[in-house]
Amino acid sequence: MSENNHPLPSSPALLPEGEGRQQPAVSPSAAAGRSGTALVNIRTIMKRELAGYFTSPIAYVFLVIFLLLTGFFTFTIGNFFERGEASLVSFFTWHPWLYLFLVPAAGMRLWSEERRLGTMELLLTMPVTNWQAIVGKFLASWLFLALALALTFPVAITVNYFGDPDNGVIFAGYVGSLMLAGSYLAVSCMTSAMTRNQVISFILSVMICLFLILAGYTPVTDLLSRFASPVVVDVVAAFSVMTHFEGFQRGVLDTRDVAFFASVIGFMLFVTGVIIRNQRAG
Amino acid sequence: MINVEHLVKAFGPKLAVNDVSFSVERGEVLGFLGPNGAGKSTTMRMITGYYPPTSGRITVGGHDMVEDPIAAKRLIGYLPENAPGYADMTVNGFLNFCAELRGLQGDARKRAVHRAVELCFLEGVLYQSIDTLSKGYKHRTCLAQSLIHDPDVLILDEPTDGLDPNQKHEVRGLIKRLGENKVVIFSTHILEEVEAACSRVIIIDRGRIVASGTPAELKARSPEGKLDEVFRAITLPDTVKHEVHA
Repeated sequence: MSENNHPLPSSPALLPEGEGRQQPAVSPSAAAGRSGTALVNIRTIMKRELAGYFTSPIAYVFLVIFLLLTGFFTFTIGNFFERGEASLVSFFTWHPWLYLFLVPAAGMRLWSEERRLGTMELLLTMPVTNWQAIVGKFLASWLFLALALALTFPVAITVNYFGDPDNGVIFAGYVGSLMLAGSYLAVSCMTSAMTRNQVISFILSVMICLFLILAGYTPVTDLLSRFASPVVVDVVAAFSVMTHFEGFQRGVLDTRDVAFFASVIGFMLFVTGVIIRNQRAG
Repeated sequence: MINVEHLVKAFGPKLAVNDVSFSVERGEVLGFLGPNGAGKSTTMRMITGYYPPTSGRITVGGHDMVEDPIAAKRLIGYLPENAPGYADMTVNGFLNFCAELRGLQGDARKRAVHRAVELCFLEGVLYQSIDTLSKGYKHRTCLAQSLIHDPDVLILDEPTDGLDPNQKHEVRGLIKRLGENKVVIFSTHILEEVEAACSRVIIIDRGRIVASGTPAELKARSPEGKLDEVFRAITLPDTVKHEVHA
């Protein structure tokens, strides 16, 4: 390497008294700027994470498979055309099951990759709080999933072309689907913080998401109601994403359903924070 | 500038760092010397705020690392062991990312990246992704990251690990020059490095400080005036020490 032959430049910028000395753009004393700094940090981390999807083949493989599978389920198994309804029921019905595998696949790398590469040490010794890093990374993945979901727009166009659907219901369906994806993603975020092994992270998160589905899946609640009181069945079902996802499919934007998904996301991200803190506490 | 008082770190029942205290002022280059697994990296991880200490206190520039971590972390540039980096990012993208997290924006960020790139000779690999870099370049990329905000405190965990002899020489020179008006703490197990770059040495063994002083003071402890003899005498387990002397 040729650079070995010349001496180190005696750059004046290195001297603290020199003019080249940079002050951090945000001074620590500016308390007003604190929330601004938080947003800038979250945005920076989010941008990097999102770019990470697209600089590797992950994004493209994921998008193609997601679109192929939604198409396959909606039109072939869901009998979209044979139904003769101007609605997207046969489209949204499959989302809890499709996301069960695809969302953990998109989220499993979030923290396990940082741990494997050792960049977690770099990231968390920056002037960044844990929750800024967690939220930034989560939002990046969620945005990516939102993009995948947005690319299903031809389905909405098709149904509008052939019939006269209630677009309010379709909109509510999309909102519900996005909330559902966010909940699964928050679970994956948590499991990926537990281990540096992405396979373990993936399997754990599929299991937890499966539980979130099955607790309110009709065949399971029917089985449960044979030997448990209806109250117990309702309580168990209340933990399920299915119970809360159905409302959106009917076109109802119930604040309780939104609150459910928001609290699943909030809780899982909180646990992620606890895990990340405890790992370092030794 | 850096004050460490009675620092303890336990992993389960094992004490990785056991009652370590020292302080470093601006203009000093402190070398952490010790065998593998002595607690050098653990101590550095606590000073940089990555590991919370089990007990003890760390202040950096007057900011307590536990109570006011963000203010303390702003002052520090850190090169972790094995020089990690985001594999799929380019060197340029990575340095810009780090600069942004350091609160540098717009022109200030461009200047900071440019300066760090010059300082660590990264011009040739600026648009190469990090996983395609050789070990030396990967190391210098991470070193550039630690210098990007021109920090008052530099914590470098084995900064010359994996570099060729010429690069080692350069990095030592860089550390020495940076140490003139900053605080530099670096760890190594290469003894010649200590003599070449440090103004003060702390020898750590099994989580404890077993010796400290200037390189000259430590050398004076050995009849032959050799640092490696002192190092061996201090850090070898007692049983082995017996055999060596016998």
